[in-house]
Amino acid sequence: MNISRRHLLILLPAAAVAWKYVEAGTPEASPNYQMSEHWWGMLINIPKCIGCGNCVRACATENDVPDGNFRTWVERYHVTDTNLTTPEVISPDGGKEGFPVAQEDAGKYFFVPKMCNHCADSPCTQVCPVGATFISPDGVVLIDQTYCLGCGYCVQACPYGCRYLHPTKHVADKCTLCYHRITKGLTTACCEACPTGARQLADLKNPNDPIHEFLKTHPVQVLKPQMATGAKAYYYGLDGSVR
Amino acid sequence: MNGLKDAGHLFRFAGLFVVAFLVFLLVRGYVVPKTFGQYGHYRGAAIGEIAQHPVKFAGHQTCEGCHSDIADTKTKGAHAHVNCEACHGALFERLPAPAQPKGNLYERFVALIVPPAPPDAPLLLHADDPATVTPVKPDTLVLCARCHTASAAKPKGFPQVDPAVHMGGVPCETCHNPHSPAMGSDAAASPATGGAK
Amino acid sequence: MNGVVGFMYPNEYALQWSILIVLYPFITGLVAGAFILASLERVFRVEAVKPTYRLALLTALAFLLDAPLPLQLHLGHPERSPEMYFTPHATSAMAMFGYVYLWYLMAVLVFEIWLDYRRDIVILSQQSKGLLRVIYKIMTLGSNNISERSLRIDDKVGWIVTLIGIPSAFLLHGYVGFIFGSIKANPWWSSPLMPVVFIFSAMVSGVAAVMLLYMVTTRLRKLAIDMRCVDTIAMYLFYIFIIDFSLEMLDLIHRIYEADESFRSLDFMVHTRLLIPHIVIQICLGTLTPLVLLFLTQVVHFPEAVRKRLYVLSGCLALIGIFAMRWNVVIGGQLFSKSFLGYTTYKMEMVSREGLLVAIGLTILPLFFLWALVKLLPPWPEKSLHQVAAGD
Repeated sequence: MNISRRHLLILLPAAAVAWKYVEAGTPEASPNYQMSEHWWGMLINIPKCIGCGNCVRACATENDVPDGNFRTWVERYHVTDTNLTTPEVISPDGGKEGFPVAQEDAGKYFFVPKMCNHCADSPCTQVCPVGATFISPDGVVLIDQTYCLGCGYCVQACPYGCRYLHPTKHVADKCTLCYHRITKGLTTACCEACPTGARQLADLKNPNDPIHEFLKTHPVQVLKPQMATGAKAYYYGLDGSVR
Repeated sequence: MNGLKDAGHLFRFAGLFVVAFLVFLLVRGYVVPKTFGQYGHYRGAAIGEIAQHPVKFAGHQTCEGCHSDIADTKTKGAHAHVNCEACHGALFERLPAPAQPKGNLYERFVALIVPPAPPDAPLLLHADDPATVTPVKPDTLVLCARCHTASAAKPKGFPQVDPAVHMGGVPCETCHNPHSPAMGSDAAASPATGGAK
Repeated sequence: MNGVVGFMYPNEYALQWSILIVLYPFITGLVAGAFILASLERVFRVEAVKPTYRLALLTALAFLLDAPLPLQLHLGHPERSPEMYFTPHATSAMAMFGYVYLWYLMAVLVFEIWLDYRRDIVILSQQSKGLLRVIYKIMTLGSNNISERSLRIDDKVGWIVTLIGIPSAFLLHGYVGFIFGSIKANPWWSSPLMPVVFIFSAMVSGVAAVMLLYMVTTRLRKLAIDMRCVDTIAMYLFYIFIIDFSLEMLDLIHRIYEADESFRSLDFMVHTRLLIPHIVIQICLGTLTPLVLLFLTQVVHFPEAVRKRLYVLSGCLALIGIFAMRWNVVIGGQLFSKSFLGYTTYKMEMVSREGLLVAIGLTILPLFFLWALVKLLPPWPEKSLHQVAAGD
């Protein structure tokens, strides 16, 4: 079953109408995209990730992410069976060009794609002194780059290292969950480019989103739950050693 | 009465505060964006502006609108769930950016302190103009290796080969059709040609 | 890979907050500390420190005028900083900055200085010539009333302003500590003790700075240093320093004993990258040494010349120690990965907007402000108003 495709076939005609309003800069006026009807998140299926770096490259292309910064990146963990809590982690250039070949040894390997968790109680929006970053009514943490001072406080406040200061725009920058795509009924660039379906956009408010079948039947976890950020990037198959 | 007279200078100082406060209120009313506070403590119009960013990955459903033959081949094979742009990438070209209008005095002053970021180039998508924006056929030796090079780090069930041993420099599409990679499948006889109908 | 050891999240390689953000809490700390010293005389009637009263106020004002500059230079878009006033975000610790700053600058410092100097200003506005006369005229706000009664009112109001000023000074600097202490993502910062530690370290640095400034300016004016005054300041410095050091050690011991998930990572950092700035400079050189020296001056009766030298030495060491403390908080808090698996390096730039030269300039700048303020509003008590009134 192609989840994203079926999902999109339902949404596609609606999106065409919504697009008119989105283009006018008033997506809230769109009869087909109602912010109040969505609550966006992401499902990341760790056993499916092969560390190809497609998502990182796609994100950089779609969003013009500057070199050396990442809206999404992939980490490779290596955990030995004698030391389960201190993993050896690498993420060369954010995993953009994939990972070096690993040899079988005493331990397990797995890849962890990371991105903005679009927290419902996000510490980054809490600390913004002027209201330049915010949680949209449909649950996406966004930055108003025409209003941001570039003070960097939000970068300090994010426990996951998802934010950075844009080197030429001099403002904070981060994953928008491809807000310009999901409001048009498309999926995010990283999900579109993922060859194995390890990442899936999740509309937690839409009961027709097939993601709910998965969430109902599988154990999922968020990163750093002790931070109580209300993270909405849900991980399936997350190892306890992941930070 | 005398007491008030001797405290008169204090009222002058307080008056400064009142004047400053009134000026502040006046300026504030003028400069705070109109949509600020529409949904919360932020500029409501920012949501619409972010939603307007250009799309580069057209989405597989857009591709399938024209390339239905490939889509049919794909649905039968192991790559059925691999979206077109996972391998082909986003097909677009950047057009030359139009000349920026010279900013007003304030904008030019700000540019002295903070060099403005270069403007975003307008885009032309293959989906909008397939004749002008033409795709480059991916090199399968590089492309396929990205996912299928054997590594202990990859999930065990995922098909992976050691490129040096497996094909010795022969391009993958010699034996496999990337759109339906199992060998011997009828699609393999007609290698990936693509092309819109 | 450019100074990175172990694993860092890829966006963490570069530090967001540079030496300018180290400077900022250091400078506001001097402001708060200097003001608290001034309030000793005004509110708590410690007559011995009277010679430093006006100097302390002007020092506080000079450094307060400098305080926002490192922040402005650090911002990606300084031109947008008025947004802090127009749309301050209620949930942000930083949003308070603008209002706390303005309140402290205008309602406390400028108002108190104006009240205290009003008689001088009126007299000077009548005696001086040219541009100075215009400046003094403006500063009188058009009121030449220096009757006995009005001055008594000034004195009373000034007392109330100082009384409000003490919590304001605590607020100004306590909130700077809160900006760091409230970041739950960063275990090196996240601590409810942070604001308190910041306040007491601010008092240490401010009191030490005013003490040094008093001794230097008195020497420059070829006058005798009032030893009773300096002895008293040194005594207060010693006691505040003990509280400050106890709080910092409490924080440290608590971290070591609790040894939470971040402990190994932070412990490693303190033993490697922060060894020199934290253990050697901050704790040994900048805290323990001046504490021992000040302790000796309290229990041993040294001759005057020795005491002076010990005060100068411990004052300088205290300033170095407090600066190192700010450095270790701001820079130290960004050297380790929030994954607790790696460390990066701070590469200080030299001539850029956030470079070392700018930082040095911004440290010296308040001394120029102070020089101008002293010229405009002479703080020396011995040059009394009557002499001024009599044409000096």
